[in-house]
Amino acid sequence: MAVDVSAREYTTIKEAAGPLIVVEGVEGVSYGEVVKIVTPSGEEKTGQVLDSSVGIAVVQVFEGTSGIDTSKTRVRFTGDIMKISVSKDMVGRFFDGLGRPIDGGPEVIPEDRLPIIGAAINPTARDYPREFIQTGISTIDGMNTLVRGQKLPIFSGAGMPHNALAAQIARQAKVLASGESFSVVFAAMGITHEESSFFMRDFERTGAIERIVAFLNLADDPAIERIITPRMALTTAEYLAYECDMHILVILTDMTNYCEALREISAAREEVPGRRGYPGYMYTDLSTLYERAGRIHGRKGTITQIPILSMPDDDITHPIPDLTGYITEGQFVLSRDLHRRGMYPPVDVLPSLSRLMDEGIGPERTREDHAGVSSQLYSGYAEGRDMRDLVAVVGEEALTDRDRKYLEFADMFEKEFVTQSRNDDRSIEETLNLGWDLLATLPEGELKRIDEHIIKKYHPKYRKAR
Amino acid sequence: MEKEGAIEKIAGPLVVANNMRGCEMYEVIKVGEEGLLGETIRLDGDLAYVQVYEETTGLKPGEPVIRTKAPLSVELGPGILKNFYDGVQRPLESIKAKVGDYIERGVYVESLDRAKKWQFTPTATEGSEVVSGAILGVVQESKVIEHKILVPPTIRGKLLELKEGEFTVDACIARVQTDAGDVELQMMQKWPVRKGRPYKEKLDPEVPLLTGQRINDTFFPIAKGGTGAIPGGFGTGKTVMQHQLARWADARVIVYIGCGERGNEMTEVLEDFPKLIDPYSGETLMERSTLIANTSNMPVAAREASIYTGVTIAEYYRDMGYDVAIQADSTSRWAEALREISGRLEEMPGEEGYPAYLATRLSDFYERAGRVKALCPESEERIGSVTIVGAVSPPGGDFSEPVTQNTLRVVGDFWALDSSLADRRHFPAISWLRSYSLYSVYLGDWFADSIAPDFMEQREEMMGLLQKEAELQEIVQLVGADALPPRERGTLEVARMIREDFLQQNAYHEIDSFCSLEKQYLMAKAILQWYDGAREAIERGIGIDKLERMQIKYAMARMKYVPNEGFKDKYEEIQRAMKDEFEVLIKNAEEAP
Repeated sequence: MAVDVSAREYTTIKEAAGPLIVVEGVEGVSYGEVVKIVTPSGEEKTGQVLDSSVGIAVVQVFEGTSGIDTSKTRVRFTGDIMKISVSKDMVGRFFDGLGRPIDGGPEVIPEDRLPIIGAAINPTARDYPREFIQTGISTIDGMNTLVRGQKLPIFSGAGMPHNALAAQIARQAKVLASGESFSVVFAAMGITHEESSFFMRDFERTGAIERIVAFLNLADDPAIERIITPRMALTTAEYLAYECDMHILVILTDMTNYCEALREISAAREEVPGRRGYPGYMYTDLSTLYERAGRIHGRKGTITQIPILSMPDDDITHPIPDLTGYITEGQFVLSRDLHRRGMYPPVDVLPSLSRLMDEGIGPERTREDHAGVSSQLYSGYAEGRDMRDLVAVVGEEALTDRDRKYLEFADMFEKEFVTQSRNDDRSIEETLNLGWDLLATLPEGELKRIDEHIIKKYHPKYRKAR
Repeated sequence: MEKEGAIEKIAGPLVVANNMRGCEMYEVIKVGEEGLLGETIRLDGDLAYVQVYEETTGLKPGEPVIRTKAPLSVELGPGILKNFYDGVQRPLESIKAKVGDYIERGVYVESLDRAKKWQFTPTATEGSEVVSGAILGVVQESKVIEHKILVPPTIRGKLLELKEGEFTVDACIARVQTDAGDVELQMMQKWPVRKGRPYKEKLDPEVPLLTGQRINDTFFPIAKGGTGAIPGGFGTGKTVMQHQLARWADARVIVYIGCGERGNEMTEVLEDFPKLIDPYSGETLMERSTLIANTSNMPVAAREASIYTGVTIAEYYRDMGYDVAIQADSTSRWAEALREISGRLEEMPGEEGYPAYLATRLSDFYERAGRVKALCPESEERIGSVTIVGAVSPPGGDFSEPVTQNTLRVVGDFWALDSSLADRRHFPAISWLRSYSLYSVYLGDWFADSIAPDFMEQREEMMGLLQKEAELQEIVQLVGADALPPRERGTLEVARMIREDFLQQNAYHEIDSFCSLEKQYLMAKAILQWYDGAREAIERGIGIDKLERMQIKYAMARMKYVPNEGFKDKYEEIQRAMKDEFEVLIKNAEEAP
């Protein structure tokens, strides 16, 4: 049954509440359809159908409902789901949160129009990520290795240098074997103008601006638009990676603002809330973003994701970091304690994790001693941190010799291994050798997590002897 | 003409259809022009509420809705093993062949390959009486599994005809004369997923399911036919644990359910299993496995169905007399799917938004585990089992949440993952203080008979030492380790050895990944012998620092990397060296003024 196009425009808004409008008397509206709205003052807005019943459609309006009335506002159902025009020429361009150019350049001439709701990759089509990315940052390369096609978020808090860290990763990341670097797709959701211009300055300074696509929804842009921004960015990333053979690093910042927008819509729809008022389907919703990282058999390009989120009150059990951690393949956790002590990057390695590390390291990828060194550094640092707590209570005198060694080890680890400058690009060799120098301060018998022949080969004591 | 309904309303995975009177609960429904697969979950007068297993974007009110008059079922027959399914048993390889790298909706593929021919060897005799569960014949399904073709649970009668040769799964292989007339049987049968397959009798769980993981086998063993839960916050190693169980458990068939988890994790299983060698059969793990993957971004209603699909397949192999193990990762994602659908139905929420029937559904699922006498003729006794291990992902790692608590009420094994252990890379991060196994009482005899009479005593001694350590640590936190008397410091030292040299196990180490039960026993024995020696030395006034620095401890720390075969020699070597070293210590101490 063909629907008359003219009949698809209505002025029958029954209700406007928060970001939603309810349109009556509609016919043949499909779930997820894009809606164009023209207010009496001529302002044009975009929306999407959230709920479609016989005669009634609920529409979320991305730009907010201000200016919408219930008599003259015209609502047109486009019959199409949300799509973005993509092209290789998007590289080097800036767009707003809904994918419209904001750099004064021309409209993109589309090579393809793709739905922004990506379909799930068939698990049998995925290629397991195992190519080591050298970021030049010891706490990442040595302890929580990033691999190509991984999704690894930065868990931060207000006031911490997550942006500097993300920019440093974007700048220094390269695949060691081939020396290939990355093109960046950057999606900003509700970050301040200042934060956004920090990234832009950094990209400009290093010339990275030539290989970046940016989607910017800033703090003063409509909140509901943030639901769309990351999907625009990821659809573009998929096109560039899988159709144009590029290696893409996607930076999504700040996921906390995205989740706030999700909660706002859910509340407006009067849904049964899950934890802290966030919708019960937030896990599923987030997975439709994060799971779009990866590699596919037979396609050259890859998508690596670094989402940034600020943990409300540094609480890692808050639903946003919690659900994120359950989907992503690890996390970098920034520590306020290290930051306060002036250490950069303040990555707290203990709660940090890279799940894909084991496949990405070892002989031919990094070095054969990598796994052992990293595991031993972990256990040494953890032990040293315990000693710190203990010293606070009983004083250093009550410690045994062994305990004191670990206490010193933890201090050195933070000063020499964790700390590095914002331009320090350490090779993996440097990082591992640094690790050995620290481990050499412990009695050799304590190095239980490293195979004996590896110790004989790499321990500074034996290296010098040779 | 078939009476059909029409879509009235669409909200996410839930579709409401009208003109559906006569429709049954949990009936499969085809929704919309594309015939998307769904299932009724509520009826209200003319209206049917349908959860749809595929993406609903683009559906319109008014599109047709058609009943299939059958409940959601799986196809059971040769070809399940080595296969890779989504939550409603669609083979992912075939979907890929049909529509490419992404999963698109409205794709219809047969669960079992209709073109493949299997060599069927009859074992029953024509003219005999057959009952439900009787074996008609066998098919070599994979290198290690002989697939037994059973008379379906509802059928009994006289076997009129039995064929031999190569057949597809839907070809007739036998005819049975029943009270209701002659019935043609195929190798394939269907069974509704939400209904457990019948059996004769449930047995006590008295045989352990060995896993090759020291903390599981020695400390908190699970029985064949038992149930276990692995709750833990993110990064505590639930998935690695599940992978380890799927790799090394001594079950004949493995059903791995990836329920709402990461795509790459399923890819890892898919890449690893055809390569890794099963220590029991010598063939690759894939030969005995079937995988069900409904990743987090695949449709949420199919996630809800996936665990039922998995357990039904497991019961089918159980009925052939096999021991089957299910790994479900993660049941929390399943519960969230339940919550999402419940929210869309606007049901009154229980705790944390979960529906009030969460507990019932969870116990229904876990109760489908068990070691049973399968349906078979009186002359035969066939025992099979289904063991279920479910991972639980509590929000914020807080075990007081409803999914963890309701799971604990029904499972026999609780392997609590502890994030502070994971932070220091103590893996598996199973807390020895919080975890428990209800099966250890049933399994004591088995361990005593099969391994050593003092197996359980050693276990208790080690657990006692760890408990003691926890108490001593509280004192150490106040006064420092130096203030403790030597005997207590000896206890701390042996507890450290138990933790580091015994409980810690590296899943990625070629040898340490799988530890035979005999090796576990001897490793524990060596550590406890050291403790005996140390206590004696302390009595004779030897300083704890000398004991801490003993050479033998380095060899003991590396016991885990010694291969399972020939470990006994290594153990004896360690035992001798240990004895010598203690003797020297004591001698030196006595000679010193």
